[in-house]
Amino acid sequence: MDAEITLQVDGEARRLTVDTRTSLLDALRERLGNTSPKKGCDHGQCGACTVLLDGERALSCLALAVAHDGAAVTTADGLAPAGELHPVQQAFLDTDAFQCGYCTPGQVCSAVGVLDEFERGWPSHVTEDLTGRPEMTSDEVAERMSGNLCRCAAYVNITPAVQQAGGAR
Amino acid sequence: MTDLLEPRAIGADLVRRDGEAKVRGTATYAYETPVEHPAYAHPVQATIARGRVTAMDTTAAEALDGVLAVLTPFNAERLAETSDFEYAVLQGQDVGFRGQLIGVVVAETSELARQAADAVEVTYDEQPHDTELSADRPDLYAPEQVNAGHETDTAEGDVAAAMATAEVTLERTYSTAMYHNNPLEPHATTALWEPAGGGFLTLWDSTQGVHPDRAAVSEVFGLDQEQVRVVCPYVGGGFGSKGLPHGNVFLTALAARALPGRPVKMALTRQQMFFLAGYRTPTIQRMQLAADHRGRLSAIAIDVVEQTSRVKEFAEQTGVPARMMYASPNRRTTHRLAALDVPIPSWMRAPGECPGMFGPEVAMDELAEELGIDPVELRVRNEPEVDPETGKPWSSRNLVRCLREGAQRFGWSERRAYRDGDWLVGTGVASSVYPTMRQATSTAALRFEGGRYVAEIGAADLGTGAWTILPQITADALGVDVADVEVRIGDTRYPVASVAGGSSGTNTWGSALVVAAREFRTKYGADPRDGDEASGDVDQAGQDDTHSPYAFGAQFVEARVNADTGEIRVPRLLGVFGVGRVINPRTARSQLIGGMTMGLSMALHETSAWDPRIGQVANHDLGEYHITVNADVGAIEAHWIDEHDPYVNAMGSKGIGEIGIVGTAAAVVNAVHSATGVRVRDLPVTLDKLLPALD
Repeated sequence: MDAEITLQVDGEARRLTVDTRTSLLDALRERLGNTSPKKGCDHGQCGACTVLLDGERALSCLALAVAHDGAAVTTADGLAPAGELHPVQQAFLDTDAFQCGYCTPGQVCSAVGVLDEFERGWPSHVTEDLTGRPEMTSDEVAERMSGNLCRCAAYVNITPAVQQAGGAR
Repeated sequence: MTDLLEPRAIGADLVRRDGEAKVRGTATYAYETPVEHPAYAHPVQATIARGRVTAMDTTAAEALDGVLAVLTPFNAERLAETSDFEYAVLQGQDVGFRGQLIGVVVAETSELARQAADAVEVTYDEQPHDTELSADRPDLYAPEQVNAGHETDTAEGDVAAAMATAEVTLERTYSTAMYHNNPLEPHATTALWEPAGGGFLTLWDSTQGVHPDRAAVSEVFGLDQEQVRVVCPYVGGGFGSKGLPHGNVFLTALAARALPGRPVKMALTRQQMFFLAGYRTPTIQRMQLAADHRGRLSAIAIDVVEQTSRVKEFAEQTGVPARMMYASPNRRTTHRLAALDVPIPSWMRAPGECPGMFGPEVAMDELAEELGIDPVELRVRNEPEVDPETGKPWSSRNLVRCLREGAQRFGWSERRAYRDGDWLVGTGVASSVYPTMRQATSTAALRFEGGRYVAEIGAADLGTGAWTILPQITADALGVDVADVEVRIGDTRYPVASVAGGSSGTNTWGSALVVAAREFRTKYGADPRDGDEASGDVDQAGQDDTHSPYAFGAQFVEARVNADTGEIRVPRLLGVFGVGRVINPRTARSQLIGGMTMGLSMALHETSAWDPRIGQVANHDLGEYHITVNADVGAIEAHWIDEHDPYVNAMGSKGIGEIGIVGTAAAVVNAVHSATGVRVRDLPVTLDKLLPALD
């Protein structure tokens, strides 16, 4: 069964027809040709498909497109105008926080979400003091970025990249 | 001896040229190739581990609106070359392993293709399967040779006699698990056949080598190589699993042939990759060491048992590193295989060396403990003057320097096992090794165009940095600024290149680029005109056969084990490597750290849990097959020594993609032993193996 929906993708209104089984990830990749979010597992286990969905990081492979009619989706490609880079993207370049690049757009979107979560004072599993604002320590960042697998294993460069972008030490 | 290039761009810490595209997600991987009006394919897989497909009812699948083709062994066209069971997809009814490709559906959308594939009804004549590896199987056999052309068995002197007379002996059995490469980008292909003529096929395929890929596909389809083009500018990780094509490539090409003129896309699902994309065989390693009281080895032996698929042989060269690592007059290595009804094993990062340095490096630690000798010192005392296997001098061997510098950086001399609150803390060390290889075939073309130097070669960048470092090499060979050089890769329209495997890419392609650059200068001097061009083959580069070329390293681990729960943490992992000259410290460090982290993953997290009742990996997804995640890593440091090796190639480089994963797991096991007194000989090290011994 097909459904017609509208998505705001990287700031642009896109009208499209999807199968009601179509994931948001496949809607972006196979219907709209936006292949910035990647498919690594299609089961919400690797994080490569992470986008910002109405401003928060989300696994687009676990979202059905038809359930998000009217939603605003930002992919890594939409974080900065062409020719410019978002501070998180610049930090990933500076610290060589990737190799093959396949998990990278998801890592970048996840990091943008993480920085916002710090900004809002959200705690994580490793936050000891739940009454204060969490500090952007490497343990905090690593914990919050652990839903994004990197098989090239750039983790020890990803964490400082997120801290750099967050203006932390 | 080779004249080493004067390093100017070589050694520079340059940011990746493909970096911006990767952080934005605009680098185009195989499945993402923008093509007009693509169709989507989904495979049908066997649901038995051994037997025969007797019928396939495709009626329900074909009845779905939007299904374009359903191919089975009963209606698929006959391929030209069918001797390789993995590549000869849909050419017969025999099932050699569960998950084997037995059909494919092509449809207007990916959702529909998947639904239709599920709707194909398959009838089997099922036979009993046999999928369990053990060292005492009566049907173990010796393959003709093991991977990379190594001898199956080697022997020198008399190990048994040395074992009988030595002051100290050690006899242990170690095992490594089954591991799956699991690159983040699934194996994927976009295939397009030209509608007219004798057939021209374009494959946008995720591969570690466009030319080897093309050679295999053109042979199977009976085409001239010129009738096939393979394009792959970016590879979303491979770790060996995209080094040789797997059945999915041939199946996608076959599916697309049913719809000439229409591009067909197929990506394996993560689950399917556990059946179809290769894996590292589990290994069982019986080790013997004999030594005098000062720790000088008189014998080293490794007898390896591992598995292959009954339908296609792959023999991992696990025993190979024990042949050359340490000095010992008596040596023996053997490999025996069990041919089982299992998926086909293949290359995974450092095949041979990675599993094959687990047993020996834990055994050395056990011997050091028995002798009361520092494990660093034990290794130093067994340093061979020349390659024990070939008798040749080393091109450069700096294992001792790596051990010494690593020990100093790590603070090895102050090490102690102690308890810190609930945590038991210990340290471990192991050596790393990887051969320095250069492939026989690769050609680079170099042209002066618009004031810049443009080189072309069908090389691959799977995150290794080839897009960035090949211009660095070319710039130094030409004596120009690296900004004035562009190197295009990843397309069979460029001159032939070898596979990105065996840590040989830079050594091979770089050598061809250097020859091309020197040829260019010889022909045109320092002031070329637009359109001037030259080419170079790797076989024109000087080759030294009088030395034994290897990279070496030493890895140090601090492990913390929770005394109550057995939880294992590794706050520190430090490696020092002798890898020749480093072309780009940024990308080099990332590769070494990446290898070490994958080694940590092998030690603590990864295992493909085999279910012999049905013959498949039980944990066949990334939720259950655990790889190291961000919160699992502590401080991971990779260092290298300044190493000048004039014998390997003009760059003086040894290859760095694989050595980082070699030895890591042994260092972790040795550290866990230091912390807890528990010696885990079967990977991975998990808390259930420690808990019984903790009070």
